[in-house]
Amino acid sequence: MASSKASRLGEEYVWRTRMDKVNAELVVLTYGAMVAQLCKDFDSDYVKVNQQLDKMGYNIGLRLIEDYLAKSNTFKRCSNFRETAEMIAKVGFKIFLNITPTITNWTSDGKQFSLVFDENPFADFVELPDDGRAQDELWYSNILCGVLRGALEMVQMQVEAKFVSDVLRGNDTTEMRISLIRYIDDELPPEDD
Amino acid sequence: MSYYFAVIGTQDNPLFEYEFGTSKQGGDGQSRFTEQAHHLNQFVLHSSLDIVEEVQWMNGQLYMKVIDKFFTNYISCFMTGGSVKFLLLHQPSATASGTASATRNSTSVGANPTSPQTEEAIKNFFSEVYENYVKAIMSPFYKVNMEIRSPVFRQRVAAAGRKYL
Repeated sequence: MASSKASRLGEEYVWRTRMDKVNAELVVLTYGAMVAQLCKDFDSDYVKVNQQLDKMGYNIGLRLIEDYLAKSNTFKRCSNFRETAEMIAKVGFKIFLNITPTITNWTSDGKQFSLVFDENPFADFVELPDDGRAQDELWYSNILCGVLRGALEMVQMQVEAKFVSDVLRGNDTTEMRISLIRYIDDELPPEDD
Repeated sequence: MSYYFAVIGTQDNPLFEYEFGTSKQGGDGQSRFTEQAHHLNQFVLHSSLDIVEEVQWMNGQLYMKVIDKFFTNYISCFMTGGSVKFLLLHQPSATASGTASATRNSTSVGANPTSPQTEEAIKNFFSEVYENYVKAIMSPFYKVNMEIRSPVFRQRVAAAGRKYL
């Protein structure tokens, strides 16, 4: 217990001292403008918008993991997926977004869990378009799924991440479901011939 | 006391309208406009936009108090920094003077549309609406001069109306 408290303070310390801060409203407006523009560009085809956000997030995640490892001082490899989940929620989200989503709903095989977001810094002020479809199709913060997928892939974990509920849609919680598909073994590069 | 509130965009286009009655002195929050007044109110508000243009640079305040009067309709105005107008048409109940509680009503909010108390109440109402208006237009899916369809904003205007007027 004592050690977990110490590490909690550690994240707080990293968040306060090592991370560059940016105005929250700048983030909200920038991200919002991007999502709105995507909706316009894809003619409100929200399935495509979700895919695009996920793809962007993936590309962010591929690089963000390096920043995470450098700043968080967690060089020790996670021994199991539960530990990975803890690190994502309590260190990753803490130092980049200053939020700590709750980890719940583990499956018995320990390969799937949910992150429940009590607060979502991307979604302040946001109200989804009232065209009757956005409420059912658009995952506004889908970029986060891509970030996790990209970041975990770089540390040899293939996961699937998707939102299953969102307060913006009128659900009670914002919940992301993450399932481990496999640990990626180091693969030899394909032979030339 | 009945109120008709409208938000007018930068091109003098209507963005939002809401009609309500007083909740003070046991009011039930329902407006008491006559059947034809519903339509007339829109014209009355719109015609006062000319006065808004005249007075908007007079004192540099966002809140311009009562700027126009049309028979028993008084119009208060608040202009945001982005020159979006909030207009509130208020109409003291015609029957108020005839009832037994007239003496008490005379000092109440709304009975005298130009009294400092009424001005203050309307100012508070406008400030609260302004705060919520800013939140509503911060939504990334809202475009400038678009009609405000947000149900949340409507609820909050209603709440502000109940609280102050």
